[in-house]
Amino acid sequence: MARETLTGSRIRERRVMAGLKQADLARDIGISASYLNLIEHNRRRIGGKLLLNISAALGVEPQTLTEGAEAALIATLREAADEAGLTGPEALRADEFAGRFPGWADVLAGTRKRVSALEQTVEALTDRLAHDPHLAASMHELLSTAAAIRSTAAILAETKTLQPEWRDRFHANINEDSRRLSDSAQALVSYLDADADAADAASSPQEEVEMFLSAHDFRFESLEQEAQAPDRIEQLVAQAPELMSQAAKYIAAIVLRQVAEDASAVSLPDLRAAIQSHGLNPLALARILRAPVPCVLRRMAALPELGAGLVVCDRSGTVIFRKSVEGFTVPRHGSCCPLWPIFAVMGQTGMVISERINQLDRAGAEFDSFAASEVSLPDHYNAPALTQVVMLLVPSRAGSGAGRSVGTTCRVCPQQSCGARREPSIMNAGV
Amino acid sequence: MCILSTVRCISQQTKNAHVQEGEDKTRMSKHVVLVEDEVNIAEAIRFLLSNEGWRVETLANGANAVDVIRNARPDLVMLDVMLPGKSGFEILHDLRADPDLQNLPILMLTARGQSRDREMAEKAGVSRFMTKPFSNSEMLEAVRDLTC
Repeated sequence: MARETLTGSRIRERRVMAGLKQADLARDIGISASYLNLIEHNRRRIGGKLLLNISAALGVEPQTLTEGAEAALIATLREAADEAGLTGPEALRADEFAGRFPGWADVLAGTRKRVSALEQTVEALTDRLAHDPHLAASMHELLSTAAAIRSTAAILAETKTLQPEWRDRFHANINEDSRRLSDSAQALVSYLDADADAADAASSPQEEVEMFLSAHDFRFESLEQEAQAPDRIEQLVAQAPELMSQAAKYIAAIVLRQVAEDASAVSLPDLRAAIQSHGLNPLALARILRAPVPCVLRRMAALPELGAGLVVCDRSGTVIFRKSVEGFTVPRHGSCCPLWPIFAVMGQTGMVISERINQLDRAGAEFDSFAASEVSLPDHYNAPALTQVVMLLVPSRAGSGAGRSVGTTCRVCPQQSCGARREPSIMNAGV
Repeated sequence: MCILSTVRCISQQTKNAHVQEGEDKTRMSKHVVLVEDEVNIAEAIRFLLSNEGWRVETLANGANAVDVIRNARPDLVMLDVMLPGKSGFEILHDLRADPDLQNLPILMLTARGQSRDREMAEKAGVSRFMTKPFSNSEMLEAVRDLTC
């Protein structure tokens, strides 16, 4: 399998880069040189303690030796290749590139991410006058006042026989308007200044939120106590160094309000006890805990021992929340594979899907997915129903049976014949 | 409240001033309805057009503009876009929807000089579109062009 193949080759690459002989490394980690040779030539599976020992001896993170951790990196490299129009056999060697030159691959992937973030910023800025109501109002005020001053000044300058009472009134008007002009010009400058400080063009708001949530390991002890929650949300958002832009703060506050709401419905100790007696069965758990299934799914994602991933989409299919899990890639830009179970519950209010799945380009990792939809309480009568869909991804026990294969996003999907394909893949010959 | 009373007060003054300028002109002169909530712009335009022999009627609110114009049958309408009560675009639309007012010259003045606005105004049947700030002579020339 691709996964093992690459792990062995990477160990060899790293060892050679470190200038170590095979025999030396083998001695360091307490195995025979011939066994290490088998590993390096991908003849033996490797994992657990041995992988940790090798990575420690080589001074690298264990994840850099396994494909799973590099999946996101490789996906980004493929996106970069696609964007640049790289085709042919070269385009298919992203994983090899990432394996052989991890540093350069990181640089390239980082650059690619920065480019997309900057593109989004440019797009937002280009349309700023149309999309920023405050800026539009300020400009209107500025231009109106300038128009009044220009017109009045021209009358004063050009009318030869201006009656004194008119002259006095126009002088008073111009005086008043010039003060208004300087006030609004100042207000505009401070608005633009403040905004430039607040937004870091290098990362998108969604990325800032992800960094913030990851830094907290998706757990907020202080929100587990219902009484303190509202104040704590503001505090958490204000104090988070990761949340730099207004947009990120806004999104993070929404996420935290959901966490607090869920926490008051289902406490983590109750959830743990229910799992103890009923297993990882969200439907049974929802019944026992008297909570809606989507709420139970979100709470299960908050249990660190499950190591589960979570994806939430709104009615348009846009991913509005993600908790990444190794082995399942949620594309950062562009749209997701429509075969995911999460999209199957979109038109099926009340239905709960449970399905074993894997991602085609991620050899190996299987997940037990659970998906359900939820309709939020509308703001007013006859308002459109705002459905959200939630999918929990629990890594399944190894060897517990193969599931249905789904993709990541069409552009990097190796599946040739697929009715759901939106655009051709750059992976024309598989992984 | 304060702004409203100022508007009323100034327009009262200007009306008086105008009356003083020449009672006999009133009947003969051309009539323009100016819908503009910026008091000082309205005053400057009123002065300029009065000097050219126009009778200027000013409205600071868009809400009743269509009714006023329909009753007054002016020779020209000058219209701001951002107005309290009713936007300049809505007023333009309503005026053009009236078969009797199809040919009424309408000059639009706006501080939102985006091409989108201009397009919208042209689609809605504006006679001329000017962006603020404008030069007085430019504005007077447009008025002459539209009403010659």
